[in-house]
Amino acid sequence: MTNDTTAHIVSYGKLTAVWTALLVLTAATVLVTRVDLGAAKVWAALAIACLKSGLVIAFFMHMKYETRLFRAILFVALVTLATFIGFTFFDVLYR
Amino acid sequence: MSHIEKDEVGAKLGMWLFLFTELLLFGGLFILYAVYLARYPGQFSTGGRQLDLVFGATNTVVLLTSSLLAAMAVTAIKRGARRATLALLSGTLACAGIFLAIKYLEWSAKIRHGIFPDSPRLIAGPPGESVFFGLYYLTTGLHGIHVVIGAALIGWIVAGVKSGAIHAGDNVSLENVTLYWHLVDLVWIFIFPLYYLIL
Repeated sequence: MTNDTTAHIVSYGKLTAVWTALLVLTAATVLVTRVDLGAAKVWAALAIACLKSGLVIAFFMHMKYETRLFRAILFVALVTLATFIGFTFFDVLYR
Repeated sequence: MSHIEKDEVGAKLGMWLFLFTELLLFGGLFILYAVYLARYPGQFSTGGRQLDLVFGATNTVVLLTSSLLAAMAVTAIKRGARRATLALLSGTLACAGIFLAIKYLEWSAKIRHGIFPDSPRLIAGPPGESVFFGLYYLTTGLHGIHVVIGAALIGWIVAGVKSGAIHAGDNVSLENVTLYWHLVDLVWIFIFPLYYLIL
């Protein structure tokens, strides 16, 4: 029974596809930041970084195949971090 | 199959909880970066443009590849392919070595140019640039320490696979170490655009 949640094996093919996507996204982030977009390039680069992290967490780290408990604690950690960032900027920007 | 009762889910849950503390550790450094970027946008730009994009991009590709090999090693051990597991983990270790060698070249070039914490050049320069390079050395240094620890842990896992302690039926330690390795990759996924690209 304990093996059920860990029994899912991700194929080499799928992992390689994820790696290819990560390399394409890396190239995209380099290209998009070479263009003079002002503040938009910061958001574009961060959005691509979040997308890459999502791929790493979901497939390389098997989060897609874990139980709901794992996703719940990941969510709590990300919300905590977002709260820190959000409240810091409330302070810094409107002081 | 092992007859000792092992709680794989519990072991992985513990590892994830530890990874969240790491996330908050690096998250704190990224908050510092963001606050100082808002305060000194021009001086951060001057600092960021002095970083070498080729070194940064190469290291990104090296780390992504190392992560792929580590993830493949988990697949290999679960399929009972012991030799493939060892080969893949050796590949991960090789990537860790390349990453650190590139980091060494990058840091030593900066230090030769008089850019290091508390250097006369930075003290004489504008405050934002000195803060930028302080954060650069702190963040990439802490990340580098994580690479070294991750590589040491992978070495320990390689020994376990060789001795037969880690096998198709009992490999949660390998899985947990690769989770740590992916975290090192995740942090770099944010360091790269923030320090090398957007400024």
